[in-house]
Amino acid sequence: MNVLELRNIRKSFGELEVLKGISLSVPKGGVTAVIGPSGSGKSTLLRCATLLEDLDGGDVIYEGKYAVRDGVTADKASLRQIRRCFGLVFQNFNLFPHYTLLKNVMDAPVHVQGRNAAEVRDEALELLKKMGLQEKADAYPCQLSGGQQQRAAIARALCLKPDMLFFDEPTSALDPELTGEVLKVIRQLAEEKMTMVIVTHEMPFARMVADHIVFMDGGVIVEEGDPEQVIGDPRQDRTKAFLRRLER
Amino acid sequence: MTFQTMVLQLSRGFLTTLSIFFLTLLGSLPLGLLVYFGRKSRFAPLRWLIKVYISIMRGTPLMLQIMVVYFGPNLLLGLSIPQNWRFWAAITAFIINYAAYFAEIYRGGIESIPLGQYEAAAVLGYSKSQTFFKIILPQMVKRVIPPVTNEIITLVKDTSLASAIAVVEIFTRARQIVVAPNSPGMLTFAVAAVFYYVFNYLVAFTMERVEKAFAYYR
Repeated sequence: MNVLELRNIRKSFGELEVLKGISLSVPKGGVTAVIGPSGSGKSTLLRCATLLEDLDGGDVIYEGKYAVRDGVTADKASLRQIRRCFGLVFQNFNLFPHYTLLKNVMDAPVHVQGRNAAEVRDEALELLKKMGLQEKADAYPCQLSGGQQQRAAIARALCLKPDMLFFDEPTSALDPELTGEVLKVIRQLAEEKMTMVIVTHEMPFARMVADHIVFMDGGVIVEEGDPEQVIGDPRQDRTKAFLRRLER
Repeated sequence: MTFQTMVLQLSRGFLTTLSIFFLTLLGSLPLGLLVYFGRKSRFAPLRWLIKVYISIMRGTPLMLQIMVVYFGPNLLLGLSIPQNWRFWAAITAFIINYAAYFAEIYRGGIESIPLGQYEAAAVLGYSKSQTFFKIILPQMVKRVIPPVTNEIITLVKDTSLASAIAVVEIFTRARQIVVAPNSPGMLTFAVAAVFYYVFNYLVAFTMERVEKAFAYYR
């Protein structure tokens, strides 16, 4: 079964139709990279999939459970269950500034999932260590670099043990010298067979880490498939033009 | 009247000033949050009512509001006014007036918090009330300290408006002393001013400490 199934997703902001019927399947362990020019709808797609936006039409299905059916969002209780399926890493991290890193990571598992605080604490420390932040557990977000904050945000998402993770341009807000450390962590997660959907501008990274590339433009999926094919040997003119522009 | 007697009488008046000050804060700081909730309610008539209330509180003189609260029960409802109503009418008027201002300050603080905080909380599964009380409110408190400090300092001076209904706080007492036979005259007002100034200095100092206590994050 696919972890995530999007069927014919439609979304408009006023007169502007941003998503014109997008369908996408994410199998367990799969890494999908969504690429495309600004305004192509890729961030909106991600926001719809993570239920931050209401849809105008289509289905969002996690593990066979409908979060949205024909554009209608499921009831609160079902949503609470379904939200446990995924985590989201934001472009701007969105850590809670008044919490230490450890509390940022621990708080939702304890107070949302109702798990044992001592157990969660051990897991949270383990995750921070994995992200190279073991020394920073008691630091506040403002004391960290952007790269460190983003790695902490990844730890926070992972501590809820989601079935899959979304990344919304996870390195776009970072200085170039800090993108490497974040991409390394994502690559490591891919090796551990974490199911992921990554909206990114980092083409070499997408090619390396993803097993499926989706190229979006103008609210539709123009081309999708194997990275070597989509990036290495694109068939559609729009994909070719986009990749050429990036090379310049 | 000796200088000592004058200072002693002003001190007694100042105790009433302090009571008005602390009781007003005790009532209006939390009430402001409730008013904010009403202002943001999904129930339109309540939202409308709260907007009117805030508008009146900000648009009319506090002294007049104190009068209305004090005389209203008698003039409008024909109730007899008990002796101690004087003090509590002043407290009531201060609380409902300051709550309106605090509600607007809270609104400014809450609306300045980035949308990303709500979205992060939503994706992590926090309920609406968890999001508000764990994530938004603590950050709001930090952000509103400077404007709240302003209001608190204004309140110290506004307590003198209770004098309009003859609550014997320090300002009423000072006026009484000045017109009394062989009073120390202008010196009385100067001493009263020192009371206000020193207390406000302490308020500002305390609030600065509070602000520093929140400086551990940005």
